Amino acid sequence: MLAYVLRRLGYGCFVVLGVLFFLFALFFLVTTPDDIAQRALGEKAMPQVVERWKENHGYNRPLWPGPGHATDNLLVDHFQKMLTFEFGNSDADGVPIRQRISEGVLPSLLLTVPMFVIGIGFGIGISLFVAFFRETYIDRLGVFVSVLTMSIPLLLYIIGGQFLLGKMLRWFPVSGFDLHPGVLARFLALPVLVGVLSSLGSDVRFFRTVFIEEIFKDYVRTARAKGAGEMRVMTGHVLRNAMIPVVTNVVMAIPFLFTGSLLLEAGFGIPGLGSLTVEAIQANDFSTLRAMVFLGSLLFIFGQILTDIAYTWVDPRIRLE
Amino acid sequence: MNALFSAGPVREALISDLIVGLVLAVGLGAGWAARRNEIWREALVGVLRRRRYSVLVLGIYVFVALLDSVLWVGGTDSSTSSVSDKVALQEARSPLDRAFADSSEKSYSAPLSRVEFYDVSALARPGAHVFGTNVLGQDVLYLTLKGARVALLIGGLTSLIAIPLALFFGILAGYFGGRIDDVVFFVMSTLVSMPGILLLIALIMALGQSTFSVCVALGVTSWVGFCRLARGETMKLRELDFVAAARSLGVKDRVILVRHILPNLMHLVVITFVLMFSGLVLSEATLAWLGIGVNGSWGQMIAQAKDELSRDPIVWWNVVAAGAALFVLLLAINRVGDALRDVFDPRTRGEKL
Repeated sequence: MLAYVLRRLGYGCFVVLGVLFFLFALFFLVTTPDDIAQRALGEKAMPQVVERWKENHGYNRPLWPGPGHATDNLLVDHFQKMLTFEFGNSDADGVPIRQRISEGVLPSLLLTVPMFVIGIGFGIGISLFVAFFRETYIDRLGVFVSVLTMSIPLLLYIIGGQFLLGKMLRWFPVSGFDLHPGVLARFLALPVLVGVLSSLGSDVRFFRTVFIEEIFKDYVRTARAKGAGEMRVMTGHVLRNAMIPVVTNVVMAIPFLFTGSLLLEAGFGIPGLGSLTVEAIQANDFSTLRAMVFLGSLLFIFGQILTDIAYTWVDPRIRLE
Repeated sequence: MNALFSAGPVREALISDLIVGLVLAVGLGAGWAARRNEIWREALVGVLRRRRYSVLVLGIYVFVALLDSVLWVGGTDSSTSSVSDKVALQEARSPLDRAFADSSEKSYSAPLSRVEFYDVSALARPGAHVFGTNVLGQDVLYLTLKGARVALLIGGLTSLIAIPLALFFGILAGYFGGRIDDVVFFVMSTLVSMPGILLLIALIMALGQSTFSVCVALGVTSWVGFCRLARGETMKLRELDFVAAARSLGVKDRVILVRHILPNLMHLVVITFVLMFSGLVLSEATLAWLGIGVNGSWGQMIAQAKDELSRDPIVWWNVVAAGAALFVLLLAINRVGDALRDVFDPRTRGEKL
């Protein structure tokens, strides 16, 4: 077990290095420091201004290590900044990126954690219900509604939710954010609702497939033959044994709780990491974007390792080798 | 490559038409090849029978996209008085452009309205705008119909980039294993570990913003999923008797791959293409919202129109027209994709959904 975890971690480290090289290629070789400066300053910027900008933002150093600048180059700097979580300063306004990120984590989590918990709860509940009535009209209707809601882009959920529940019915504020505990829930209710609704369809469809596959297995028939009620079969046998794919799906999503939701945060004015990314796009802030992609992949790799370990916990049949 | 795609609107339009034509040719070619194979014919007939309305809807979308894809220069217009109209005549235009020629007004007008929306002056073509006009006075129905070609272009071009790439590396890794598999698997792990939307954004920021770079970025982020699938399936196929038999008869690896492995992955290609298509159009809508989408897409129409809902009185027809076009397309694709999966999946074969 320990050897397996260590090996998984080792491979994870390799992938992190791969990501770092990919990001270096993307943000320094494909988009050269000159391009970055030009995007920030505009096409017609004078060469001297571009040079000064590059100097101020640390882009004027050589790309690769070489004689005389073995450590003072962009490659080493990139690895150093990312691996120490220092990230450097924003290209747009010079604020330390690390500070920005630590400010954004809380609003992001306040949005994504309730969304996640409620979404999983309803997803499993509804799909168990639909699977219970498999091959009847309820099941067919459930699948059709799932596909229907999956076909609506998140943009339309946001626009529709804001318009209908915010503007017409005035149940919730249209957008905004305030950490004060009294009003926080009011601001978060609509984005959470929209987020849950928009992802419910695909969750229900996925979980339903998992449950139905399980229902047709022999042990379920045995349980029924012994006289177990349909309710007990569903919760005691099917749900428990369908946990592997469910847990994979759930654990895999946990890292993304931290990176927040781009569209929801930008649409509802929540100052989390999603909004941070959107602002970075609009300001051509390459250094912030680089930090966000790196952080996201780090969390993803961590989540994958966590999932593999969670397998053994859910299913004792799986022996890690 | 970016230079190629920024060489003027006419050239970009022509190149994108080539791609639309290519997508269609690949589709028709696949259909022609499938006609002779019994399993495929049965599967396609099964999908047609179960999802006749969805297939019909998709057919209409493709037809509209094609209407906007055949371009030629010249032609006469009823009213070509202004300079800009004469310039417009020099451009290559499609039948759709011609049908909606000189349909523009000065600004907003409500659907089928006879007067302008804000100042109540008569329109140039009263009652002719089924979905009204937008802020620039362009006919919303016209813009919505034009979006079909953009959607087909996004899904089609990206699939043409991603699927061959994924098939190639997936089959190589799955069949040969060893060092090749290690490398391919590592590249896949690296790409997949970067959050999809962030990687997309980073790629588009780095490549510069154009239709082509959006499709390349979507291709880079979407080939990994199918590559994994193709790799796993190839690994399974490699162990089967008919492949072992071919190998013991001394058939070359190259021939085995093309004649025995590839045809047995084709159903996955079709399912992936259909399911990927809706994902790609959805991703583009997200990008459009962030301001880095493709010009003329429904996502862009929605993104541009989102503030119009907070006006008073509300300008709703832009969002509704683009949103409905997007929703109906996605629904039809998802329904057809589901049916395809059921038809090819032996576990659910015969089960009616």
